[in-house]
Amino acid sequence: MNQAHFEKMSQSIVNGDPVLATSLAQNALDMGIDPLDAITQGFVVGVDLVGAAFSKGDAYLPELVMAGEAMKAAVAVLEPEMHRRGTERKTLGKIVLATVEGDIHEIGKSLVGTMLSAAGFEVFDLGVNVSTAKIIEKSKEVKADIIGLSALLTTTMVKQKEVINSLINAGLRSAVKVMVGGAPVTREWVEQIQADGYSEDAIGAVDIARQLVGLS
Amino acid sequence: MPKAIKSITNPKLSINILSDEEVLQIHQATLHTIESVGVRFPSQKALSLWREFGAQVDPGTQIVKVNSDIIESALKNAPPAYVLGARTREQACPLDGNHVFLATDGCGVEVIDINTGKRRPSCLQDVADIARVADGTEEIGFHWVALSAQDKPAETRGLHEIRAVWQNSTKHIQTESIYSEAEAHVAVEMASAVAGSAQALREQPVLSIMQCTASPLGQDGGSIEAALIAAEAGIPIGFMTMTANLTTGPATLAGNLVVGNAEVLTALALIQLAYPGVPIFYAAAQTASDLRTGAYTGGGPEDFLYGAATNRLANFYNVPLSMGAFATGAKEPNWQAGLENSLSAFMACVSMSDMLLGAGFLHGSRIWSYAQMMLDCEIFSIIHKMMAGIEVNDETLALDTIASAGPGGNFLTQAHTLKHMRELFLPKFMDRRPYNTWEEKGDDARTWALDRARQTLENHFPEPLDPKLDAALEEMILGLEGNTEHTQRA
Repeated sequence: MNQAHFEKMSQSIVNGDPVLATSLAQNALDMGIDPLDAITQGFVVGVDLVGAAFSKGDAYLPELVMAGEAMKAAVAVLEPEMHRRGTERKTLGKIVLATVEGDIHEIGKSLVGTMLSAAGFEVFDLGVNVSTAKIIEKSKEVKADIIGLSALLTTTMVKQKEVINSLINAGLRSAVKVMVGGAPVTREWVEQIQADGYSEDAIGAVDIARQLVGLS
Repeated sequence: MPKAIKSITNPKLSINILSDEEVLQIHQATLHTIESVGVRFPSQKALSLWREFGAQVDPGTQIVKVNSDIIESALKNAPPAYVLGARTREQACPLDGNHVFLATDGCGVEVIDINTGKRRPSCLQDVADIARVADGTEEIGFHWVALSAQDKPAETRGLHEIRAVWQNSTKHIQTESIYSEAEAHVAVEMASAVAGSAQALREQPVLSIMQCTASPLGQDGGSIEAALIAAEAGIPIGFMTMTANLTTGPATLAGNLVVGNAEVLTALALIQLAYPGVPIFYAAAQTASDLRTGAYTGGGPEDFLYGAATNRLANFYNVPLSMGAFATGAKEPNWQAGLENSLSAFMACVSMSDMLLGAGFLHGSRIWSYAQMMLDCEIFSIIHKMMAGIEVNDETLALDTIASAGPGGNFLTQAHTLKHMRELFLPKFMDRRPYNTWEEKGDDARTWALDRARQTLENHFPEPLDPKLDAALEEMILGLEGNTEHTQRA
């Protein structure tokens, strides 16, 4: 009975269907299925299937993103019940994500956010044009493991450095890893501002984040 | 002597990429999108102008929805033809629908150093050097600011860059790096000084400005405000969309054109509503995101189709087009670079894009390569030759010469040959040597192209700016830097 339900959950993720994923999550709660089981035995299986197909070259980026969105929708339904039961989904770490001040480019950053949360990170996406102070404040508040900073302009890229400098000045630099991204970001820039990692695309960003929290 | 500029004109080739009806369908879909979905203008100034011109403005989302007749009547005020001025009159580029001018590409952040061959971050000296090499070619008709002067403050970087280009070239500059009102004011002041007066700037704009939209369906506030300042002074203004299939646009090509078109049309219409009749242009560098990574590709069949299709749209709106071509995703000048840059440039040229961007980049407009720049110039020259097509008349049919050589004769010794042989294309960078020579020397087009760039940098010195004028330009930039520092402290 539950097994059939779990398979449907997995399939809703594979199909990238957030509406179906939401209603299956709600059904699970109505049926009294442990929300944590719904995630680990149902929805996450779908994420892994899409991930494996992607690695083999059988699935493309939009399928990966849609699976991530469906997963997010399911978790949003299940989370309150998990809190009520005092259980928690084990995440890989907390990531505060933002496009830096003066820069309104959203898509790359949001894509990274979706991929990170699908991979099992808890992502706090602050949006675009976010001030250094706000980024640091949020990172302190949630005790972030990683801060992810996006910049698409050569003129706003300097704000990535500003965030790192502010972390140093606040004595927080050793408490949090910083990863950066955006079209003008290069390995040399990352070395110059002493960030902890960067990636040229969203898939690579997940690998980097995993490394930064000590996973392979 | 300023270099004569090679441009494509009186083309004999043409392409039929979209029927009249298809163009109309794209146009109507665009107007529908603008009217029902809207475009975001994150600028108080732009929003209040839109309100004044009768658009529906949501102050919360900053999304503007505009009735189609407002857009259509605004665009009718745009001049269909005008001139991009230059420091020397004979290097001005007429944008009249019958010329294609090549420019460098911009705005990258790294350069393969011309001496060491090592990749490194770009600085102001690179902007100057590239301008001088570009000035020394016949193919490059005008400049884009190729690289970001990362050793200069972000707030005035764009101004340092245009000064460096003027110092090193007499050709027109189209900058894509003026991001704020304050910077635009100084850019106008500098351009007026170079042109001689505000009036001379209107007649012979030595500067034009290209701003990027913020896809999908958005604008950058600072860029729009800067554009309004420049438009007021009569500096030609264009807006470039870079919508990419999958990420910032639909997966379908027509849908992607619609999204980009909505961005460009709303920005251009705003300029025309604010300053009717000022010179504007359409700009585009649309592409497809990579299916696996979502990354900007800078090449592929979709890009090539966009190159020709966008000019159909710009023609429909009767404004010049600045078309992003070349821009290979290749990491070095290689098979991919040659393929992508040839096909994208060809498609943009065969449809007669007025301005053709941009020679010199690798890795999707990020890394400057002098060798690639020279190779791109050769691609343009080849297309230039192709666009002249095949001339058929008594002289070219060469009947007397054919009779004179006769069966088994040869044409090398014919007077007709001597008269016409220079019409044949002689490549600079194609390897037509015997196999053994290639084997012994071990060099290729990339070596020769780089050598050519080095020689130009060593030997070519265009007419410098008047030292007084140059000092005045510097004053203007420093003035803004002083102000910015002051504001920052306050």
